[in-house]
Amino acid sequence: MSSACAAGPENMSDKINNLSELPEDIKQTSSLAGINPTEKERSGSFFQLDQSILCAKTTQVGVEVLDTESALNKYSWLKDYYWKAVDPEKDEFTKAVKEAAPRGYFIRSLPGVETIFPLQACLYLGSEGLAQKVHNIIIAEEGSRLHIITGCTVSTHIKSGMHIGISEFYVKKGASLTFTMVHNWAEGVEVRPRSVSHVEAGGTFISNYICMKPVKLLQLYPATHLLGQGSRVIYNSIVMGKGNSVIDIGSRVFLKAEGTSAESIARAVAYDESKIYARGHLIGEVPNIKAHLECRGLVLSPKAMIHAIPELEARQENLEMSHEAAVGKIAEREILYLMSRGLSQEEATSAIVRGFLKVEMKGLPEKLQAEIKKLTEMELTI
Amino acid sequence: MELLKIENLQLELGGKPILKGLDFLVRAGERVVLFGPNGAGKSSLLFAILGFPGYEPKSGRIFFKSKDITALSVNERVKLGIGMAFQNPPSLRGIKLEEMLKICRRDISPEEIEKASKDMKMGEFLSREVNLGFSGGEAKRAELLQILTQRPELALFDEPDSGVDLENVEMIGKQIDSFLEHNTGIVITHQGYILNFVRATRACVLYEGAIICSGNPKEILEDIREKGYEQCVRCRARKHER
Repeated sequence: MSSACAAGPENMSDKINNLSELPEDIKQTSSLAGINPTEKERSGSFFQLDQSILCAKTTQVGVEVLDTESALNKYSWLKDYYWKAVDPEKDEFTKAVKEAAPRGYFIRSLPGVETIFPLQACLYLGSEGLAQKVHNIIIAEEGSRLHIITGCTVSTHIKSGMHIGISEFYVKKGASLTFTMVHNWAEGVEVRPRSVSHVEAGGTFISNYICMKPVKLLQLYPATHLLGQGSRVIYNSIVMGKGNSVIDIGSRVFLKAEGTSAESIARAVAYDESKIYARGHLIGEVPNIKAHLECRGLVLSPKAMIHAIPELEARQENLEMSHEAAVGKIAEREILYLMSRGLSQEEATSAIVRGFLKVEMKGLPEKLQAEIKKLTEMELTI
Repeated sequence: MELLKIENLQLELGGKPILKGLDFLVRAGERVVLFGPNGAGKSSLLFAILGFPGYEPKSGRIFFKSKDITALSVNERVKLGIGMAFQNPPSLRGIKLEEMLKICRRDISPEEIEKASKDMKMGEFLSREVNLGFSGGEAKRAELLQILTQRPELALFDEPDSGVDLENVEMIGKQIDSFLEHNTGIVITHQGYILNFVRATRACVLYEGAIICSGNPKEILEDIREKGYEQCVRCRARKHER
């Protein structure tokens, strides 16, 4: 740690052995993004502050946690995965990450291994005006079960900044990957993740996403390619727009093999003057696939906006694709009903929003489900 | 003791007069059954007592336990001791029945929840979202379970027997009756079958915006069945009792 600013996160770049060595303010902020600084009930941890890797470790045999650069140096075969799911030429942001030194994490579960506890990764933005660039590679090898929580967050004093995160997921035959991402950004931060996942036969990819804090701009449209027979993907998203946040999120799934299934469930709540675009695009390329898209939105301010854009694209016959989208304000009779049970108007509204956001995150252990619930409820200020 | 006193209540809905100077008095311990033809304003009267927006009186006053509650909000009235089992309650996505019971009475113990829900045959519904996918009878039982949990001094039951099979009417009726042994209630019913189980102490007839008749529940119900509501208008014999 630099002596010039021992307490501040900006100049902290030395490696640490445990997340408990982090400064208190960083521990506090990252814990709000689902990171457990005590590392209790976690099978491994990764911590990146700005562009510095502070920690990459695992406590479980058969599971690897490395920073991407080290992993690329260690494994020559990784070039077959690096920039193979995401196209580096996709846009200016992917290009920017390509041109930078590789940062981010490499997490891999070896064949047949099941993570005892989730692994956790924190991507922390601690310097004013910085564009954090991250490239993550996650591989769940055949028959393994991998569980990761990623918390992306920012130091409380940051007024502006950017996060560009490339994530490439590979779920091999019969493997299962549950990836839970919590975003806790700030009003001046622009966030542009670019994620693509490949799922092989019988594999399952579950992506849970939560964003409850204001952000300047969030643009997130991960894609999944269901390549092998019987593979499936589930996307669950909970998004809360506050202040002047512009949130453009969604998921796109290409169902390319028979017997594949996709489910995309989103809940969006728009407060203040926020704008939320909730997208979803399911593409059925072969027969005998099943895909469902669900988006529900609550608009809680006259100046807020939710624009749901569900798209179903059937390129074959004999496939089952459906969507439902419902956007509106809270029904007054529901508020009155709760008031007739003794709640004030504010309490009733809050109870309804809390209920609305209660999405059962499939694949999450009960304890983690409770942690996530706590994180979402903390942000309910009404 | 006068528990609820309504003076000269005038209520309009969408510009149409519904209650036209209604006077109504309910004493503590009374179990009043409220009759009236469709559209007479029975439910509107209960909504006005509970203070629902849109049901604010044009004039008149409502007193509960001698306190003027005319300007109070719904939850303020509920805190004073008024509760209501709705005829058509909304469903609440994401809120489980068990959570709702905890809202109804914050200090309720898990044992009490278990017992109360078992008594109402609602045990398996505790983990379900309130009224979501409930049948008519299940929704009525859920309403009653909430009211029994809430324990209001004055309970308003808006057609607890509508859309309910006979077996469930008996069960609901007996539960209401048992509850009203120690509390006060107003029950709206059309069919009157529930009165076989709810021992009402007084019946009132709401007709054309006013209480026009008050008296013995069984006699009044018989009169209505035999002669219809028109007869109540002509019959002034019991009017002084209201």
